[in-house]
Amino acid sequence: MCRSTVTSMCSNDQEHDRDMDITNKILMNRSNRKLEEEVHTSTRPSLSVQRSATQRYGDGTRQDMTADPEQNTGIVTETCRIRMGTIWPYLEGIDAKVDMEQIHKKISLKVNVKTISFNNLYPPLLIPLFVSSSSSSSSTMAPPVTVNSINPKVIECEYAVRGEIVILAQKLQEEITKNPEAHPFEEILYCNIGNPQSLGQQPITFFREVLALCDHPSLLDKSETKGLFSSDSIQRAGKILEQIPGRATGAYSHSQGIKGLRDTIAAGIEARDGFPADPNDIFLTDGASPAVHMMMQLLVRSEKDGILCPIPQYPLYSASIALHGGTLVPYYLDEATGWGLEVSDLKKQLETAKSNGIDVRALVVINPGNPTGQVLAEENQKEIVKFCKEEGLVLLADEVYQENVYVPEKKFHSFKKVSRSMGYGEKDIHLVSFQSVSKGYYGECGKRGGYMEITGFGADVREHIYKLASVNLCSNISGQILASLVMSPPKVGDESYESYTAERDGILSSLARRAKTLEDAFNKLEGVTCNKAEGAMYLFPRITLPEKAIKAAGEAKTAPDAFYCRRLLTETGIVFVPGSGFRQVPGTWHFRCTILPQEDKIPAVVTRLTDFHKRFMEEFSD
Amino acid sequence: MGLKALDYETLNENVKKVQYAVRGELYLRASELQKEGKKIIFTNVGNPHALGQKPLTFPRQVVALCQAPFLLDDPNVGLLFPADAIARAKHYLSLTSGGLGAYSDSRGIPGVRKEVAEFIERRDGYPSDPELIFLTDGASKGVMQILNCIIRGEGDGILVPVPQYPLYSATISLLGGSLVPYYLEETANWGLDVNNLRESVAQARFKGITVRAMVIINPGNPTGQCLSEANLREIINFCYQENLVLLGDEVYQQNIYQDERPFISARKVLMDMGPPISKEVQLVSFHTVSKGYWGECGQRGGYFEMTNLPPQTVDEIYKIASIALSPNVPAQIFMGLMVNPLKPGDISYEQFVRESQGILESLRRRARIMTDGFNSCKNVVCNFTEGAMYSFPQIRLPPKAMEAAKQAGKVPDVFYCLKLLEATGISTVPGSGFGQKEGVFHLRTTILPAEEDMPAIMSSFKKFNDEFMDQYEDNWNHSRM
Repeated sequence: MCRSTVTSMCSNDQEHDRDMDITNKILMNRSNRKLEEEVHTSTRPSLSVQRSATQRYGDGTRQDMTADPEQNTGIVTETCRIRMGTIWPYLEGIDAKVDMEQIHKKISLKVNVKTISFNNLYPPLLIPLFVSSSSSSSSTMAPPVTVNSINPKVIECEYAVRGEIVILAQKLQEEITKNPEAHPFEEILYCNIGNPQSLGQQPITFFREVLALCDHPSLLDKSETKGLFSSDSIQRAGKILEQIPGRATGAYSHSQGIKGLRDTIAAGIEARDGFPADPNDIFLTDGASPAVHMMMQLLVRSEKDGILCPIPQYPLYSASIALHGGTLVPYYLDEATGWGLEVSDLKKQLETAKSNGIDVRALVVINPGNPTGQVLAEENQKEIVKFCKEEGLVLLADEVYQENVYVPEKKFHSFKKVSRSMGYGEKDIHLVSFQSVSKGYYGECGKRGGYMEITGFGADVREHIYKLASVNLCSNISGQILASLVMSPPKVGDESYESYTAERDGILSSLARRAKTLEDAFNKLEGVTCNKAEGAMYLFPRITLPEKAIKAAGEAKTAPDAFYCRRLLTETGIVFVPGSGFRQVPGTWHFRCTILPQEDKIPAVVTRLTDFHKRFMEEFSD
Repeated sequence: MGLKALDYETLNENVKKVQYAVRGELYLRASELQKEGKKIIFTNVGNPHALGQKPLTFPRQVVALCQAPFLLDDPNVGLLFPADAIARAKHYLSLTSGGLGAYSDSRGIPGVRKEVAEFIERRDGYPSDPELIFLTDGASKGVMQILNCIIRGEGDGILVPVPQYPLYSATISLLGGSLVPYYLEETANWGLDVNNLRESVAQARFKGITVRAMVIINPGNPTGQCLSEANLREIINFCYQENLVLLGDEVYQQNIYQDERPFISARKVLMDMGPPISKEVQLVSFHTVSKGYWGECGQRGGYFEMTNLPPQTVDEIYKIASIALSPNVPAQIFMGLMVNPLKPGDISYEQFVRESQGILESLRRRARIMTDGFNSCKNVVCNFTEGAMYSFPQIRLPPKAMEAAKQAGKVPDVFYCLKLLEATGISTVPGSGFGQKEGVFHLRTTILPAEEDMPAIMSSFKKFNDEFMDQYEDNWNHSRM
């Protein structure tokens, strides 16, 4: 089945102004793809085709017509072609004619179908059908990049973290800036995105000292610098500059990232896991997101290729899979067991996908979870690794929250460590681990630093990954330096060690307190249950909405959780992301709230939310 | 167990198809030789700082202060930083929401986009809308985003100049589209002939390809030419008639070495042409902090500006940008500093002018030394580098050399460049990586090696080339007369 969006833009008919979905019976047949130009320019003597006519309409639509009324026969191979908002059908027969008449009814165009097939010609020449209309003529064409003619994969992908609610929040923010009295609240409380420093979290001083020195290396030659920078930051910056060819932080680096920095990162991974890491396995990237894109690019060949993703999931995955034209194969995290991951469910989803003809190629695991905040138990991780090995799946391990664990009974274990500790080596499992400078206690989102460590890949595959990286030349150098710093922070005895640990522990313990406060507040709300935030930066409470609210949401043509979040925003200024943006078990509703507002803002979030929730539940009580 | 998902056989075919010569076979061989201890002169990538160009001082001071904002509160900050750098750092920090460590708006910091719009207005004489300017992690990311929006499948074609910068061919194959080549005319100093364009489009359409966009690189990479205003008009007219999006790669706009051929932006010419064309032709222009006298490649900073794109399309592009969250913030500050440079009277102004003029004038001299050097070699002809950072000489290979290349299983220009590398340590990119007319061979060098090294490099090139030609030539040269 081929689903095409057909938009007619003829200006004299309101009916034409909306998008329509038409399901055709026949798949687009690429090998038979032909354009009108072929007919126009063909000099084949056997054709007695009436040459084309072109009509152009005031709204920018262009319609080209070619026909031979004498030869109205043939067999269908292709349905319709959409271009510049115009229907471009190519027909060869009866079935298509039926379909085209349905199209004709829907968009109220006067359609004459004339089809021809020249079976003795190769490739078969297809003549477009007539689409005539009574619109007035003009000489303009539809511009090439309209929303109707851009890559449909671009339109399909969704990204809720910066979606409708956020755009509304920005609008309200502007209104408040212009007129502080515009809304019943003084400020917008952003709980939608994991962007800690935008909410006042301070960067780790040592990291910034080193970055500043690397950005302006001539500081290292000045004696005054010692008065303003810690001695170990000066030393570290000097060491890093030595690792950069020509000390040039303004030069493109090796496309995988500066070798010396990769050595440092590999050593950091080794210290974390107790198993060796190879600097050649590390690709530094502009944040973790481009690394995820790169892997999707590599894995997804068509919509027949599937990627197993947790539901709820971080929408980077759904968006990236959609953009690359693959299929997301969902597996559900079990809310009742603290968002546990059941391998039996993985197996079931894999089998279902296979029976639908999907070639499942990889499994995404986000640990600690986003938006769900759970930290996987080591036993569970072992099952997952075993499953991937048995099924030949690439394990894509999103481990960007590895430093964000808030409960003493849980500990982060990397999938690399778990698989190596099971005795699985390079040959047994394809494993990719993503890390970022944006999360953890550092929260350096704006730097766009990150890396992936890929293990278990052949040299030929790695070459292609390198090639993909090289098209973009390299990731930004500041981000690369920072990625090496987060994997090798100051050690005991370094001048900055004490201030560094104080800053780090201050941030992490405050995050833990905020998580607990918010979790308790959510659990006190009528109809709301919230799992513990064991890790990451989010809470993902479930909300049972009254029937009346669900009905009202339906009338407003929005998902019930989006309806709730919208109301919350306009009445209190608090920005949550509706659970539907992350997907959820059908019929359940959630929202995602970050634990990032500064601690002194948390009471305001709690009171405003609690008051709002009461009013909302009263208003819609059944 | 069957094939695993990332076994070579099962990789995405589009990925395998991608070729990227700038970091290809020659580069890898050069890196090997370097490891073995041979001195290599890298002229394969336009990467000025790697070849010793010093960064401009002022922008580095400002960004260092933004990285370490606690310095701004230190009473001794004035010992290390001039007052205008301190003021500018405060200015940029005030434009961010949370400093360098917070994601910005996915399109870039609004205040910086405003500075970009003001720069464009000063440059072109027409107002520019900050809402239609998106900052990116280098121009390459911008090109990829835009092509991703345009290309729906192999039936969509993009007109790309040949020779071209391989970013375009690589991205188009990655996205599964079709590259529609148009040839630049070497004998007319790499000029662009609109008749050529028409022919390319007609041929593509005959093959069933919907040609949707046209790329121009101005000043040219690897060809170094600057497009004239008349030529730009023809191109825009052509895009209007054929309904193509014009993608203007203008990253070398500061790199101009010939006064009679200044840079003119496609946008200015488009606006000059007036309605209906100025209201209808869709244009996306790209710029970067990696080139010019900045050469800040490692920062990955850039922007694109959209003209005449409908708001719904801009929204979709915004959505795609938002999946990457935001471009890196330090590079956004660099972009702000580039488009809003120091003014006469500022404390650091003189130093800034001295540094930037020094770089540009030296590049201009180096362009001259290189072109003249190539033209003094046997069987080598080279157009003058009017702009950008490259020299792209044609190497006329004798039949015997072609035969030797064939026996070695190499493309003739790859064969030549490998020999050049082994003999002299000069690492170039063979013309075949950029595309060229059949039977014609080139190589690309950057004009970036340090000026004082330039005469030695050119004489070592000449020695290699002339010996190479003698070795393979016999009496071929005589018959050519």
